[in-house]
Amino acid sequence: MNAIILSALLGVVMMFSGIITNNKSVLKYIAAVGLLLLIAANLLDTYALFKININTHGLLSFEKFGLYFNTLAFGATFIYVCLSGRDVEKAGINVAEYFALIFFVLCGVSILSGFNGLLMLFLGIEILSIPLYILTGADKRNLKSNEASLKYFLMGSFTTGIMLMGIALFYGATGSFALEAPPVIPTMGGINPSFLQVAGLLLLFVAMAFKVSAAPFHFWTPDVYDGAPSVFTSFMATVVKAAGFIAFIRLFQNQSIVLGPSWKIILSFVIIATLLIGNITAVFQQSVKRMLAYSSIAQAGFMLFALFAGNDLSREGIILYSVAYSLATIGIFAVLIKMSDYTFDGFNGLAKKQPVLAFTTTIFLLSLAGIPLTAGFFAKYYMLAAVIKEGGALWLVIIALFFAAVSVYYYFKVIQAMYFKEGEAETTEITGGFKAGLVLLAALVVLVGPWPSIILNWFYF
Amino acid sequence: MEQVLLLLILLPLIGALVTAFSGNYAKHVALFSSIVSLALTTAIVCNFIPDASTQFVVHYPWIGELGIDFHIGIDGISIITVILTNVLVPLIILAGYKHDYRSQNALFALILFMQSGLLVVFTALDAFLFYIGWEAALIPIYFICAVWGGKDRIKVNMKFFVYTIAGSLFMLLGIIYLYLQNPANNFDIQAFYNLNLDEAQQGWIFWAFFIAFAIKMPIFPFHTWQPDAYEQSPTATTMVLSGVMVKMGIFAVIKWLLPFFPAAADKYAQIIIILSVTGMLYASLIAIRQDDIKRLIAYSSIAHIGLMSATLFTNSRVGLEGVMIQMFNHGVNVIGLWIVADTIEQQLGTRKFSDLGGLAQKAPTLAIMLLVMAFANIALPLTNAFIGEFLMFNGLFSYNIWIAAIAGISIILAAVYTLNMVQKVFYGNTTAVTANATDISGNVKLALVVLVLVVIALGVYPQPMIDLTKDTVGATMAGK
Repeated sequence: MNAIILSALLGVVMMFSGIITNNKSVLKYIAAVGLLLLIAANLLDTYALFKININTHGLLSFEKFGLYFNTLAFGATFIYVCLSGRDVEKAGINVAEYFALIFFVLCGVSILSGFNGLLMLFLGIEILSIPLYILTGADKRNLKSNEASLKYFLMGSFTTGIMLMGIALFYGATGSFALEAPPVIPTMGGINPSFLQVAGLLLLFVAMAFKVSAAPFHFWTPDVYDGAPSVFTSFMATVVKAAGFIAFIRLFQNQSIVLGPSWKIILSFVIIATLLIGNITAVFQQSVKRMLAYSSIAQAGFMLFALFAGNDLSREGIILYSVAYSLATIGIFAVLIKMSDYTFDGFNGLAKKQPVLAFTTTIFLLSLAGIPLTAGFFAKYYMLAAVIKEGGALWLVIIALFFAAVSVYYYFKVIQAMYFKEGEAETTEITGGFKAGLVLLAALVVLVGPWPSIILNWFYF
Repeated sequence: MEQVLLLLILLPLIGALVTAFSGNYAKHVALFSSIVSLALTTAIVCNFIPDASTQFVVHYPWIGELGIDFHIGIDGISIITVILTNVLVPLIILAGYKHDYRSQNALFALILFMQSGLLVVFTALDAFLFYIGWEAALIPIYFICAVWGGKDRIKVNMKFFVYTIAGSLFMLLGIIYLYLQNPANNFDIQAFYNLNLDEAQQGWIFWAFFIAFAIKMPIFPFHTWQPDAYEQSPTATTMVLSGVMVKMGIFAVIKWLLPFFPAAADKYAQIIIILSVTGMLYASLIAIRQDDIKRLIAYSSIAHIGLMSATLFTNSRVGLEGVMIQMFNHGVNVIGLWIVADTIEQQLGTRKFSDLGGLAQKAPTLAIMLLVMAFANIALPLTNAFIGEFLMFNGLFSYNIWIAAIAGISIILAAVYTLNMVQKVFYGNTTAVTANATDISGNVKLALVVLVLVVIALGVYPQPMIDLTKDTVGATMAGK
């Protein structure tokens, strides 16, 4: 509860600090300090040292898994603000508001990691989404940014409608918003879901699939990711996406049995479509930013494995995957923002001009591709191991492996451009601090690689 | 003394780090590091007791909750590959001395890094560690080929890389499956040996592993990446690829495939042997038609590896001993051929037979060296390859006379293309290109002399090498 209250308060504080000071870098520091406070408050909650108790009548429940995810999400945001804070300042004129919106998003994240009823799911999703619609359109004078914002808003609102419909049907069937496991009625041969409940859950599935940009509900992703100011794309593609997955898993961990065997069939269809569309389309992109948008769809395909397996291994796996994917993506976007030209050719010869940027980007790309000794490897490993452990879906794992090999191709295209092609990669001004930040982030990625227990052991403390 | 193997793996890593930051002295540092590794290897070999046990074991927990351990050790099979790696790396660095590679510190650091990865592969006793080493050895190759390679390097390299990554992902799938079958919940090789899977289970994981290894070796029809990659890579990498890297595949089949899936290995032996023999003949025939020294050696290498992989599945102890010896010998011979090819290309700027000729008049020492290497490539008696090929054919013969006879044709073909190359490059009249050629000197001569000595020494007296491996080979066969 600490995190939800504090993040909302900090959002308000950020808004008013815009009145007090016009100095943009001061705002950035306030945001960074705010995030550290948020992490501290959440840790106090996790270890039950100080927690605000409000009776939510079972709508919210805070267990370790969700709280730990909060810490990681706030940590990732902190890294993001440290690395790209300067670029947030450049995204538009209302800097204080951007930081305020980011805090509101984090409020949504903390609700999504702790919701226990559909009402809270809905609130969380909306609190998360509405600031994102605004951030997408932050570059007001850019037509593409406006288009992306409008598209995102319209599609998002439509999905909200679908989600509400699903919630209504679910409520109609069960008479409750609670997400408890459905009662087993032995005389009826196990559980006996009503038609309304199944329909409601399917609608909820569609809405969540939209939020995490799983195919075939992914169509907004490339345009929105491409059109939004890069610095906000970075945030959307990492923290927000991971939170979407946590919510997705929480929603279906008890409910998937309602759908019976068709649950796995539907899900495997979505997984294959997501992997196929994400990976194959990414191969043909000319712009690194669009490639990353499609690759984020492809990565979502892998993250859906956690939903598919639904066991202990996959719960650890989704945390590790979120961290590995977020760290690498934040790093790549931080570099991308500095590039003058977002196409692959724009990266030509970066290794000569900016060896530090090129080297760290290589590490981030290796991690995204899941090469051993980087964080991304164990992330993928946990996902695959979780599904193999569940059994009966080896063919799905084989398809995923095939697409993992495909993904190597487009990630390495960037490495090729940086190292093996001649060119004059133009960047905006790079400060020493930025480079140091990138190196630290890359070091973290390499550290989590052989020792994933750095992230996972906290589960048991 | 117990931790000596850990030191052996860490040494090249430290060497790589120092090399990376030593600018123009990089090659000296790299050579020094590799020679220290060689000295350490010699010490290990001297203290190695040639029986079937695993020695110099180092065992630390690594990722506890997944049951992954850092667990390494040497037995009679891995000692051959460890010697091979640590003998060849100094020679490869020595042969690269004359080259004027740009940012040579990065190049030599990557080679040393790869050496470390290879040693992990060859000594790992934990399936997960094995996989990590397998990939870690691959990444440096990618960067070396792509930065210092020929003009088609980017395309060729991508093919090679995606090919091998796809293969090793299948191996990972197999490893995870075995892990989940293992009641002890770890990746220990001994536990995997004792799994006793039923035939149906063995069937498909056998292929998951085999595809990874077959791509690495490579076995027909997974070989298409190889000639291009050899041709486009800088010679230092080509040497590592053909001298050591392809042995990863052979080694892995002996240690990580046959003992895991004995039933499946028997069941599918025929398919694999026929594929391998087809590949031998196919590669030999193509080699005859080549006009480029590098491509010729590449195809000849495919043919030799084909014989090894065919023998692996004949279930014959003699044959397996032959493979063990030949792994080492093929590494030595092919490196010799590469050094010659590289010397010619460096000096004359071409690798085409049609441009060359009469080189023996201008460079007699080089010609003698090449001739010895060529004889070894054909496996003439008294060269090192003879005993290995003899034992392998022995094994193949006991499996099926007809297959052995067909495979035997490739020996004749080997003589045809190898001698054809010697004749076209070194004899006949000099051409415009070779008119001003000079003989070899210095480092290249040193490297070649060492190799020729090894070729002859092991050709005359191969017993020590057989002694090193025979007990472990026997145990492996008995374990099946």
